Amino acid sequence: MAKQKIQIIVCGGTSCNGNQSELLIDNLRLELEANALENDVRVIKSGCFGLCNLGPIVKIIPGDTIYTHVKPDDARDIVSEHVMKGRKVERLLFTDPVTKKVLATERELSSHKKQIRIVLRNCGIIDPENIDEAIAYNAYEALGKVLTEMKPPEVIKIVKDSGLRGRGGGGFPTGLKWEIAYKNKSDEKYVVCNADEGDPGAFMDRSVLEGDPHAVLEAMAICGYSIESHKGLIYIRAEYPLAVSRLKTAIQQAREYGLLGKNIMGTGFDFDIEIRYGAGAFVCGEETALIHSMEGLRGEPTVKPPFPAESGFRGKPTNVNNVETFACLSPIILKGAEWFASIGSIKSKGTKVFALAGKINNVGLIEVPMGTTLREVIFEIGGGIRYGKKFKAAQTGGPSGGCLTEKHLETPIDFDNLIAAGSMMGSGGLIVMDEDDCMVSVAKFFLDFTVEESCGKCAPCRIGNKRLHELLEHITKGKGTLADLDRLKNMSLVIKDTSLCGLGQSSPNPVLSTLENFREEYEAHVTIKKCPAGKCKDLMEYFIISANCVGCTACARVCPVGAITGERKEPHVINPNICIKCGSCMEKCKFDAIIIQ
Amino acid sequence: METLKLTIDNKQVEVPKGTTINKAAKQLGIEIPTLCYMELHDLNIENNPAGCRICVVEVEKRRNLAPSCATRCEEGMVVKTHTTRVLNARRTVMEFILSDHPKDCLICAKSGNCDLQAMAHQLGIREIPGQEIAAMSTYKKDTSPSIIRNQDKCILCRRCEMMCNTVQTVGALSAVNRGFMATVAPAFEQNLEYSTCTYCGQCVAVCPTGALTEVDNTPDVLRALADPTKTVIVQTAPAVRAALGELFGMEPGTLVTGKMVTALRALGFDYVFDTDFAADLTIMEEGTELLDRLTRHLKGDKTARLPILTSCCPGWVNFFEEYFPDLKDVPSTSKSPQQMFGAIAKTYFADKIKVNRKDLVVVSIMPCLAKKYECQREEFSLDGNRDVDFSISTRELAAFIKQANIDLNNLEEGEFDAPLGESTGAGVIFGTTGGVIEAAVRTAYEVHTGKKLPKVDFNELRGLEGVRSATIDFDGLPINIGIAHGLGNARKLLNDVRSGKSKFHAIEVMACPGGCIGGGGQPLHHGNSEIIKARAAAIYAEDKKKPLRKSHENPFIIKLYEEFLGKPNSEKAHHLLHTKYFDKKKKIIVKQ
Repeated sequence: MAKQKIQIIVCGGTSCNGNQSELLIDNLRLELEANALENDVRVIKSGCFGLCNLGPIVKIIPGDTIYTHVKPDDARDIVSEHVMKGRKVERLLFTDPVTKKVLATERELSSHKKQIRIVLRNCGIIDPENIDEAIAYNAYEALGKVLTEMKPPEVIKIVKDSGLRGRGGGGFPTGLKWEIAYKNKSDEKYVVCNADEGDPGAFMDRSVLEGDPHAVLEAMAICGYSIESHKGLIYIRAEYPLAVSRLKTAIQQAREYGLLGKNIMGTGFDFDIEIRYGAGAFVCGEETALIHSMEGLRGEPTVKPPFPAESGFRGKPTNVNNVETFACLSPIILKGAEWFASIGSIKSKGTKVFALAGKINNVGLIEVPMGTTLREVIFEIGGGIRYGKKFKAAQTGGPSGGCLTEKHLETPIDFDNLIAAGSMMGSGGLIVMDEDDCMVSVAKFFLDFTVEESCGKCAPCRIGNKRLHELLEHITKGKGTLADLDRLKNMSLVIKDTSLCGLGQSSPNPVLSTLENFREEYEAHVTIKKCPAGKCKDLMEYFIISANCVGCTACARVCPVGAITGERKEPHVINPNICIKCGSCMEKCKFDAIIIQ
Repeated sequence: METLKLTIDNKQVEVPKGTTINKAAKQLGIEIPTLCYMELHDLNIENNPAGCRICVVEVEKRRNLAPSCATRCEEGMVVKTHTTRVLNARRTVMEFILSDHPKDCLICAKSGNCDLQAMAHQLGIREIPGQEIAAMSTYKKDTSPSIIRNQDKCILCRRCEMMCNTVQTVGALSAVNRGFMATVAPAFEQNLEYSTCTYCGQCVAVCPTGALTEVDNTPDVLRALADPTKTVIVQTAPAVRAALGELFGMEPGTLVTGKMVTALRALGFDYVFDTDFAADLTIMEEGTELLDRLTRHLKGDKTARLPILTSCCPGWVNFFEEYFPDLKDVPSTSKSPQQMFGAIAKTYFADKIKVNRKDLVVVSIMPCLAKKYECQREEFSLDGNRDVDFSISTRELAAFIKQANIDLNNLEEGEFDAPLGESTGAGVIFGTTGGVIEAAVRTAYEVHTGKKLPKVDFNELRGLEGVRSATIDFDGLPINIGIAHGLGNARKLLNDVRSGKSKFHAIEVMACPGGCIGGGGQPLHHGNSEIIKARAAAIYAEDKKKPLRKSHENPFIIKLYEEFLGKPNSEKAHHLLHTKYFDKKKKIIVKQ
């Protein structure tokens, strides 16, 4: 890798891949060959950069130049200009939407500021399909250290001391989990990697698996050694074909190098990993449901205790950690527990990857120290709200998290603060909403997801969530009453209190937190029957301001249902009983005569 | 045994480690309401998916309420079972469940006998908030020869699924779909008919609501009785008399044989007969077959397969036709008592009373739902006329008696009609697990040894353990007997037979836990295994008081062979009283 003078790194994550980054790579190679540069310049397909809204991304080393929105046809200019003449291709550089400055390197990007990359350390840097590159970036060094220098309890102690907590959502201390699995003696034990990433909009696990699969394999082997297990299973969604294929390649390469399988590194420790596929059920991210799914049973949770660490896969002690948790491990082993514990907040150590989405300028993956405030994430790293609109709320924790509002902007984000604020960490989805979003509709939207994804085993989740959704629907239609708001709250609290697993215990969070933080918006829906954000169709009315209307008839002609009448050159009127609120008239009107009431 | 102490509703209790909160509370006399939970302890059957969330309680230091049926006690735990938080949660969850349940109690088969209805009443639910905007989950109806599925009424208690999979290992029912549309159904939501269902009816027996019910054949019977051109005769299975009384407020285990006969006569049946008679006949045929196979086997005849398996349980026959078709020459070829009765009634008896078989309607009262399917099997009819026309369950009979305004409690004791009403104690014990084989042993012993039995009761063959075995000394020849009740237990014995490891000469199998007394057509036990034990005791009591207790001593059986059949396993007997089995292993058929 060091032989070449120039490296062109092309993002091969799912998003960039979907925008023809493969073809771009082919074209780059063809251009290089045509110019007899193939020995001097190397093209690397990396994992996700986290800059998904700017993809496909190309980074050129040396110089760290970042090109965004690169199309396959741009290969020619990149080679002829940048590679051959050393001139940057200006048109492919990124212009910051806020500052309007042209930014040439990754470091200059506002989204890159404040980030510390532990989990994503190799994503966008190494070729994930080449184990040598991973090894060059220290992969398997920690495993070697553990196998040759440490005893299982010593490894567990480091993990405990590091303060690492499960990144899957629950935030359970990882070291403690390992210790329980270690103490439950059995002839067979299992290490399971939960790669059933199901939060809509969250894709950090996928990015790690696509960009740095060896980080996970190595950590699973370390875990195996620590809890005295010889078998690892990765439960991954079948909808992640690229991650699956890279994992398979990585497992194969690791076996060939003696880093998985029998007698790893000649130490006598055996550990191998198999892949199990999930069919995309959200609830299978819950560890007992995940285990049942792997056993070939219906993917639904069972009561804990017994915890998987006592009785898990096939009734044997099983340690389940998620991808991001595993990805933190080797740096902890190599750099020490103190180093990791020095990052983050008091009770939440290390970093957390967030998937920024919604009405924010920089959409994508970021990794920041725990304890970073919401303001820093949204306004500094995220580049603020799109189109200069006003920030309204941020949903954390995926569909079953809660909304944080302006009053939470200075709150340092960590496991405990989020729960205290009525939300949760979840897997790290962060959806930003602006003034145009109706919070009742937002709650309904998230509930739509949990209603769909409930396994149906327990009554409160199966039926209760459906009832919540129906009531929200009722309210957005303007048919609700003040008493319904109390009923919403009671149902939500009971569903949380009585549901069997984490899904139902958290699914009413969006309702409760919007009800708490945006009560006046709910009240507007049920008392004056208005949607302040103007989102709920049933609660709005298109209206023509006679004074502004010149009678051009454009609106009447575009109306698909003939709801608008009026003589030429006379003010027109909309019949609200016919109007379907499609908005076509408003779009068509050149005189700002049509408004929503 | 390791124990631990905890506090429930401010009272201290000490329980063995592993005890659930629910059971610990019971020890203190605190009843925590449950809905999906069910336990049949002597049969080792427990259902606690913790799905209904009605039994939730408050546990100190826990964030959420805990399901008491599935939460194990811990040392020092502090539990509150009826706080306002708990009561509000229970009520709200119950409102959720009811909001997705049809309100047609007026015409529901389970009305008055429905766990959900009882719980709604107990929790004092008088209205369901938001019902007017609440969607209901609805599913297609499924009617099979024995069982009707109406999943609109399913509350996902999963009892049926547990019975079908864990206890019976039939695997016809499991949860399908997710979220609001989750329900229990055969794979791909096909009809039961295309599934591996054996119609044992254990799902129906445990269903808390009207989601799973029997096919009601009482209207067919009523129509036959109302038709003056038909002669309608009835046969009653042994287990019915030990349970029917429960549906008229009598204590479990009350025998109502005589009152039942009077009631049937009052309903208008022309002849009231006893399936026990046919049970005696079954012993003659099956016992002879056993001795024949045994003798040939002892002589080294390799074609004589042992063990012989009983074949009177139709659920069990369906089971081995589905799962062990390769062993279909192992069970006895003797028809079940129901079908032997039908075959004799429509030949011997029809001739005797000079009625054409087409004008003779044979009705059976069975503790069983698979019997409905059995009497519809093609091989049990002649030119489309069934040997047994209709089979109704104990529950259907009770409903029928009530319709006719007959007060069972105050009826005189009647006697069965002759000649198909006379039976021995051996016929009676067919109704409980171990009974068929005990009856067979009583006869086979005497026929084989030519000696009188020193004692008629074989206690070693009785009991409720799932798999039992005993060795009976046939005057120097040790005969190894195996008994299984519940199809899951039967599967274990069958696997041994298949792999050639079985040491038994004869095996009795009953599909239902407890045998016919625990059948799918019996009064619902609501998870109380004491009821099953009481019924078994009643059966043995009836046997004990019979003057004749061995099938071959039944004078009417002797006469039947003399007048009509010749001798056991004769050609005529083979033609009328024996059957064959089919390979019914389901291929993948997707039909809607």
